[in-house]
Amino acid sequence: MSHSSDLIGSDILGYLRAHEHKSLLRFITCGSVDDGKSTLIGRLLYESKLVYEDQLAALEADSKKVGTQGDNLDFALLVDGLAAEREQGITIDVAYRFFSTERRKFIVADTPGHEQYTRNMVTGASTADLAVILLDARKGVLTQTRRHSYIVSLLGIRHVVVAVNKMDMVEWSQERFDQIVAEYHTFAAQIGLHGITCIPMSALCGENITSHSAVMPWYTGPSLMEHLETVVVEQDNQAKPFRLPVQWVNRPNQDFRGFAGMIASGRIAPGDRVRALPSGHEAILSRIVTHDGDLPHAVAGQSVTLTLDREIDVSRGDVLVAAAQPASVADQFQATLIWMHEQPLLPGRPYLLKVGARTVTATLSAPRHKINVNTLEQLPARQLELNEIGVCNLNLDRSIAFDPYADNRETGGFILIDRLSNDTVGAGLLQFALRRADNIHWQALDVNKRSRSTLKHQRACVLWFTGLSGSGKSTIANLVEKRLHANGRHTYLLDGDNVRHGLNKDLGFTDADRVENIRRVAEVSRLMVDAGLLTLVSFISPFRAERQLARDLLGDGEFFEVFIDTPLAEAERRDPKGLYRKARAGELKHFTGIDSPYEAPENPEIRIDTTELSAELAAERIISMLHDKGVFDSDDDSALAAL
Amino acid sequence: MHPLTHLQRLEAESIHIFREVVAECENPVMLYSIGKDSSVMLHLAVKAFYPAPLPFRLLHVDTTWKFREMISFRDQLAKQLGLDLIVHINQEGVAQGVGPFTHGSAVHTDIMKTQSLRQALNHYGFDAAFGGARRDEEKSRAKERIISFRSAAHRWDPKRQRPELWSCYNTRINKGESLRVFPLSNWTELDIWQYIHQQNIPIVPLYLAAKRPVVRRNGTLIMVDDERMPLEPGETPEMLNVRFRTLGCYPLTGAVESNAATLPEVIQEMLLARNSEREGRVIDHDSSGSMEKKKQEGYF
Repeated sequence: MSHSSDLIGSDILGYLRAHEHKSLLRFITCGSVDDGKSTLIGRLLYESKLVYEDQLAALEADSKKVGTQGDNLDFALLVDGLAAEREQGITIDVAYRFFSTERRKFIVADTPGHEQYTRNMVTGASTADLAVILLDARKGVLTQTRRHSYIVSLLGIRHVVVAVNKMDMVEWSQERFDQIVAEYHTFAAQIGLHGITCIPMSALCGENITSHSAVMPWYTGPSLMEHLETVVVEQDNQAKPFRLPVQWVNRPNQDFRGFAGMIASGRIAPGDRVRALPSGHEAILSRIVTHDGDLPHAVAGQSVTLTLDREIDVSRGDVLVAAAQPASVADQFQATLIWMHEQPLLPGRPYLLKVGARTVTATLSAPRHKINVNTLEQLPARQLELNEIGVCNLNLDRSIAFDPYADNRETGGFILIDRLSNDTVGAGLLQFALRRADNIHWQALDVNKRSRSTLKHQRACVLWFTGLSGSGKSTIANLVEKRLHANGRHTYLLDGDNVRHGLNKDLGFTDADRVENIRRVAEVSRLMVDAGLLTLVSFISPFRAERQLARDLLGDGEFFEVFIDTPLAEAERRDPKGLYRKARAGELKHFTGIDSPYEAPENPEIRIDTTELSAELAAERIISMLHDKGVFDSDDDSALAAL
Repeated sequence: MHPLTHLQRLEAESIHIFREVVAECENPVMLYSIGKDSSVMLHLAVKAFYPAPLPFRLLHVDTTWKFREMISFRDQLAKQLGLDLIVHINQEGVAQGVGPFTHGSAVHTDIMKTQSLRQALNHYGFDAAFGGARRDEEKSRAKERIISFRSAAHRWDPKRQRPELWSCYNTRINKGESLRVFPLSNWTELDIWQYIHQQNIPIVPLYLAAKRPVVRRNGTLIMVDDERMPLEPGETPEMLNVRFRTLGCYPLTGAVESNAATLPEVIQEMLLARNSEREGRVIDHDSSGSMEKKKQEGYF
């Protein structure tokens, strides 16, 4: 086995030379503790002599204390990690294990198998070349086997081992094994899973783990370890077209400009023609620079620095591709999403999307459907919850270079990040670009925002009033508009209640509807600004993310967040429309401040404390802020002073 | 079609991590501990940014109890490579006379290492710190992310870890929060030694066996590195052929008896040995799950 080589003792230098040529295999194990997964991994570590004496002593002690195998070693305890998990007796995260043999080093992603840990399994599967799917010979193909297989196929793993474990419990029966294999193949064909190897084994007894089992002479295939050592996975990525997401532009001096990154697929050599995307500029590769000297060629998986024969504009996030086989460029996609956060996916809310080295803003449509991971049925859905998988359309704020995930994991897989907490909330697999992006072009117009604004002697902008219901938003916004209007300004006031009677009358008050409500108003206010108007928006707009969306739609200096800061108790005391009373009585659901949150602005352009300022004084403050920010032409200063 | 070797793939992954963090973070730093893992990490960082110089500073949290040979190695290397090295010592701890002999390993490590590290990170406003920890070292590390998020109080919350998919890392943080970055996450002790051997990376000579003055305490061989070590009645240092598998504060680092005076011999001994690397560290023995607790408190 592993490090028992005679060379270690006799010829260590020879041993080291031999081991420099080992390759690496990353695999994931899928199954539950009941299937003997931890036992299997513990056994692999033990058999490859990677369990040291002190660990073994601890294992013996732990086996006696909390083990489940009587007087025998409980291998599962070797791989149980965090203290909380040991107490609960389950594995709740992805743990990475390492072992090596004469031929290969292995990285094992050990993930829990329960449905509520789908995100963990997806995470572990994303970097795996191969999956070991465990099942219990007594139970055969179960719902969870189907779920694991579906995720393995979804994440694009091309090599699958079905480990039919606990053969000792079915008296090493060939008939039982054949039955399970037939059943599994039928199912695998349905989900397009190929490259399957089925191995009968007993992790507990060590049969067919590292060497061929004597108790199952009818099985003539490889043991698990033999298979893991010999399966060929490396060509998968090298045979694809060249892709290198540019991570960093290396520019130590005027004479050197290198593009650094890891080759995601394919191979490259000096003289090859490459294209930078999304710009489309082309150049010839000059050098592959590394600290160890220039390379004659480089392949997928290597981190290199490339120089080109001419100056073309390439920056971080761009992708260098083979000019003859370029990636696609688009800004609208259909994608499969795996939701990974307790906060559900809200259609319409902007998230950050990171693919390769590029981060853009993405808004997501309502799911076209979600997928029941147990039955593979497509179900209707309005949002995605933690661990749910669905298909959505994405709309990006700029075009990106991409490949379909099925063709290339690194240029087709992305993560979604919440813009406020910065948590990674989801992962996605790009399927294809939506044609719409190609067909709807921006019409370049001769009369533009600037010319319209200039005619009105003002700089168009949005005053976005946010605050609790009854805080005084509409009263103050109304006063501000009256004064501006009186002074000859061109204005428009979008009021929450009024817009809900028309444009947004199809929307209710769930979180998802509130997001869509604000998205529409933000888009409308952008058009108003384009028309050259001073646009006042008076909406509760309780979520920071949506106010940020509105801010992002507008240019620098065009968005002023006006926080009408009235404490809940005070707003509830005023209760001008009697809504708080109704909400307290349970007649109104999702009422902001009562049973729906209000996220106060962190850095508003202006904050109005209505417990200190009258509405008139507040309006004056806001107008003088606009004056300070240069919204009005300077020759109007005297007129303003009279306001 | 030639498959890359495991060391080539590990190297490429580490370089990718360095570049990603440098591209996205404002003020990264490398925690340089002088040990073999730090040596490999530094070597990889130099490769990642070649031909440009290292785009970040190095920070050594000096507890004032490191082996003298470590300090001279550090200073010589910094000079030779032209490194921008910050040495931080918790001066409050020094003023209070904190040390492993007077205050015990737990208090000493907390004040001179954990607290001191926080002081330095806060003082310089680093938003990302590279560390040389590996997942194979200890069970709770096996689950830590490559890019590990820390709250503004430097705490690690195992329940709030960000999922890491493909080689797509989320390095975004809010003001005051920070990242710990572990480019060597997927390396094992054997990989580290093989790579040092293959790349001819300089390491502190303490890793190689030599005659050194040691005393035996609770079954652990402690080297008498300077006059601050109080000898118990009847205790006299003996000269033994020893080497160290990990390096830290000399009173807290156990030596192993060995004749392995060259790197291949060390690797040979390691492959034939039956004790895991962290066994020589005194701090892990406190209680089961002690590393997990320390990490939640901000230990690296």
